[in-house]
Formats: sequence, structure tokens, C-alpha cells
Amino acid sequence: MSKINLYKFASPATFYGLAGQMIPGFAILSAILFAVGLYIGFFVAPTDAQQGEAYRIIFIHVPAAWMSMFIYVVMAVYAGVGLAFNTRLSAMMAQALAPTGALFAFIALFTGSFWGKPMWGTWWVWDARLTSQLILFFLYIGFISLQAAIDDPRRSDRAGALIALVGVINVPIIYFSVKWWNTLHQGASISLTKAPSMAHTMLAGMLIMAIACWTYTIAVALSRVRLIILERERHSTWVSELLEDIK
Amino acid sequence: MNWGSFSAFLHMGGYAFYVWSSFGLSFLLLALELLLLSGRRRTLLKRLGQIQRLNASRGSK
Repeated sequence: MSKINLYKFASPATFYGLAGQMIPGFAILSAILFAVGLYIGFFVAPTDAQQGEAYRIIFIHVPAAWMSMFIYVVMAVYAGVGLAFNTRLSAMMAQALAPTGALFAFIALFTGSFWGKPMWGTWWVWDARLTSQLILFFLYIGFISLQAAIDDPRRSDRAGALIALVGVINVPIIYFSVKWWNTLHQGASISLTKAPSMAHTMLAGMLIMAIACWTYTIAVALSRVRLIILERERHSTWVSELLEDIK
Repeated sequence: MNWGSFSAFLHMGGYAFYVWSSFGLSFLLLALELLLLSGRRRTLLKRLGQIQRLNASRGSK
């Protein structure tokens, strides 16, 4: 039996091609899932008894908030692996994920604002959930600007990894903030320990939107990591051969 | 079906401004990210191509 060499895929040159093959599938899947998720969210899911139609913001707000936390954890794991084993590709993956994570953190914040205004009567309150989510957004911005500020890629990877790893402590704080503190924000929409309290179609719409965001993120992060690979490996022979082919 | 008419759909039970702003801005930002990414790809390939041509012309001399 031949053994598949996993280390082969850790080489940027191999991964560049592999990522290129994976992108179209994830992109198409994401477009379909967004269409289905929006259809369920607007046409199938019933009106909420308490919040009327305003609750439909949930279909973008909750998936975006989940993504902003997931992406941060994934980014920190990649950064940590890069720091521990000095694997170039993992540091590049962390860098490729950060802008999309920041984007979702921002979407979660402003859709929350647009939901809070009609329901709570205010755009913003300094409560635990909102503040810790804002900190998450700043952590992304800090990671991105720190990496951009240091020219030497190895040093910038290491500095970024430190921010990413230290900031991970914020993720459980966001998640449990609605339990630990008395906040204006409602409790978790979905809990692992009890049956969902919302209508099945609402839940389905939210989950499909979340998977759509996942596939979107995978497609975008893979496209971005390909650019980072090209930038960093531009002096290598495989990149110059590749550029010959493109011409 | 939730909506009796298209205008009822747009009206969103009186929450049109909040609901449509949320979804509109979100998808606008996602589209913007895709646009920036493809722009970055174009500039990078152009720059790398220039560097390569420069190196090639130096090498041939």
C-alpha cells in the first residue's frame, strides 16, 4: 500500500494548485446555499409572534456572529501551528482568514445594531455581549495591521500569531457572556443541551445561511491564500514557471 | 407564503428600513470583498509578470 504523503500538501507549491481546484466548487455551493437560505428566511419561515418581521435579521446576524467566532478560532489554530512547527503555509492561512473574519465580525455588529434599534430602542449599549464582540473586531484589525506593519514575513507571522493566540480567550467570553452577565442581548439561539425553542423552518434557514457563510469563507480564504503564496514565493522557480504558463 | 403582495414583502411589517439595511449592507460588503480580491489578483499578476520580463531581458544580455 502506498502511503499518501500529507506533508506534500503542506508545501505552498502543491497547495496552490490544490486550492485552485477547490475554489469553484465551494463558490458555487455558497451561491446556491445563500439563495436557498434567503428563500427559507423570507418566504418559508413564519412571522415571529413577539418581534414581527424584524426578527428576520436573525438569518444574517446569527450566521455572521458564529462565523466571526469560528474563523477567529481557526485562524488562531493555524497561527499557533505556524508558530510551533514553523510551517509557512499555516501562517499564510491565518493571514488569509483574517479579513473575512473581520468582515463577519463587522456584519454581526451592525446587523445587531439594526435589530437593536427597533427592539430595544437603541443602536448600541455597552453590555457584555456587544462589547466582547466589538473587542473581537478590534482583535482582527490588530492582527491585520500588525502583520502589515512588519516587512519580514517570518517576524510578522510570529507577531500575528501572538495576537491571535492571546485573543482566543475572548471567544468563550463572547459565547458565554449572555449567561455570565445580565445583558440586554437575548440568550443563545441554539443550545447543545436543550431542544431548539424556535420553529423548525427558522432553524433550518439559519443553519443553511451559516453553511453558506462557511463555504463562502472557504472559497474566499483559499483565493486569498493563493495570492499570499504567490507574493511570498515569487522568487522561486515554480512561480516563474507558473507565470510563463499564464502568459 | 408569508406575503400577500410584493409591496407587503417590501414593507416587512413596518421594519423595512432595518431589515433591508441589514441584508443590503451585508451582501454589499461581501460583494466588495470579492471585488477587492479580484483586483488584488490582477495587480499582483501584472506586477509579477513585469518583474519576470525584466529579469528575462537582463538575463538575455
